[in-house]
Amino acid sequence: MKPAPFVHHEPRSVEEAVATLAEVGHDGKVLAGGQSLIPVLNMRLASPNHLVDINRLPGCDRVEVGDDHVRVGALVRHAQLLADARAASALPLLGQALACVAHPAIRNRGTTVGSIAHADAAGEMPSVAVLTGAVIEAASVRGTREIAATDFFEGPLETTLEADEVVVAVRFGRFPTGTRTAFLEAARRHGDYAMAGVAVALGVTDGVVSDARASFVSVTPVPDILDLTEAVRGREPGTVDWSTVADAVAAHVDPEADIHASADYRRALVIELTQRAFAAAAQEGVA
Amino acid sequence: MTEQIMSHTSPPVGSDITVEPLHEITLSVNGAPHTATAPARRLLSDFLRRELGLTGTHVGCEHGVCGACTVLVDGAPMRSCLMFAISAQGHEITTVEGLGTDMDNLSPVQQAFKECHALQCGFCTPGFLTTIHAFLETNPSPTEAEAREVVSGNLCRCTGYQNIIKAVLRAAEIRREGGAA
Repeated sequence: MKPAPFVHHEPRSVEEAVATLAEVGHDGKVLAGGQSLIPVLNMRLASPNHLVDINRLPGCDRVEVGDDHVRVGALVRHAQLLADARAASALPLLGQALACVAHPAIRNRGTTVGSIAHADAAGEMPSVAVLTGAVIEAASVRGTREIAATDFFEGPLETTLEADEVVVAVRFGRFPTGTRTAFLEAARRHGDYAMAGVAVALGVTDGVVSDARASFVSVTPVPDILDLTEAVRGREPGTVDWSTVADAVAAHVDPEADIHASADYRRALVIELTQRAFAAAAQEGVA
Repeated sequence: MTEQIMSHTSPPVGSDITVEPLHEITLSVNGAPHTATAPARRLLSDFLRRELGLTGTHVGCEHGVCGACTVLVDGAPMRSCLMFAISAQGHEITTVEGLGTDMDNLSPVQQAFKECHALQCGFCTPGFLTTIHAFLETNPSPTEAEAREVVSGNLCRCTGYQNIIKAVLRAAEIRREGGAA
């Protein structure tokens, strides 16, 4: 339960970080908060020869709120983002989801951007990234590029990030005024990996539903958006019978069984959670 | 294995990893500066115990689940098994030894654990003490629900948790009374 030896690189600039990544390629991993990576190293499920520790990169620990986005730097810890009043006001879904990310001690060290780059299908923040139409800002010696969250996740723990790239920030999109959001998940203990989870965004225009979308945790191989607008468009949000979305959710998800829950149970769970999340969003959470 | 002491700069790419370099690591633990040399892969938990001889921090699962190794980094609880010592360079670490080692002058949380029988074998206790200590700094009057929530990231296989939750509330009381500093 100890990591294999590695060469520790501690770049002091993004330029230095990407130069190192360009040289070590697939033999290197980026270390930010380490709350997912270090367990993997401790159990020797991976043993990269080079770790590029970005914890001392300047300027990456900022949360910036713009008119249409919340930009989160690569070193912003979950706890820091959760406590950021401006981000909470601009995009309430961030706080709704972050409160479900692991335990406080993990949130104090783990980074929001890192959990997106890690791309665990059981992670909360990849799902939030997709639902908000987030943009992933990646840097390499070849320059910088922006990747839409919907093009970023390829499979469990797999992304379209190249081996020589580092994510320097994620810009979460802000919803149009009048959008209400909710995040719900079910775990054996609060803070554990969720058996199933869901993020929902409910657009309300002139008092009626104009948009209803959801993304999921632990029940799809990659987070993607399920558009449920057709089932509920034009209804007053408080009067919608949310059981009308059950079949669409059941058809969309593809849960796997493990020691914590069977696939059927996860499917039943996520249908219930989705109905409850929309009902909660309909009642409150006006953005 | 040949060992060589490196200054705290990044080694050249392509370094032969079979020659594991040692790094000089300086951090502050419980208010006192400490310097020791260790390889980059040394976990903070192992650095505290092995290099610094501070064995109050216990190592349980070594993948962040059990919470026994929780220490405070600049006042915030973190898993010392999910952090490399080299990453703690320049930071202020508080271990259970920093809460109090004198039986006649226990910290409020230690005193409450004693009064409420909140420990049996004691293996998990250091992680609970550090976690609850930091929690009460920011939330001095928790509800019972908040007391349950704060210990949800720490495992105890002896007590069944009820007395630990009582101890969280009792520690808050002791702090408010200004006793057992």
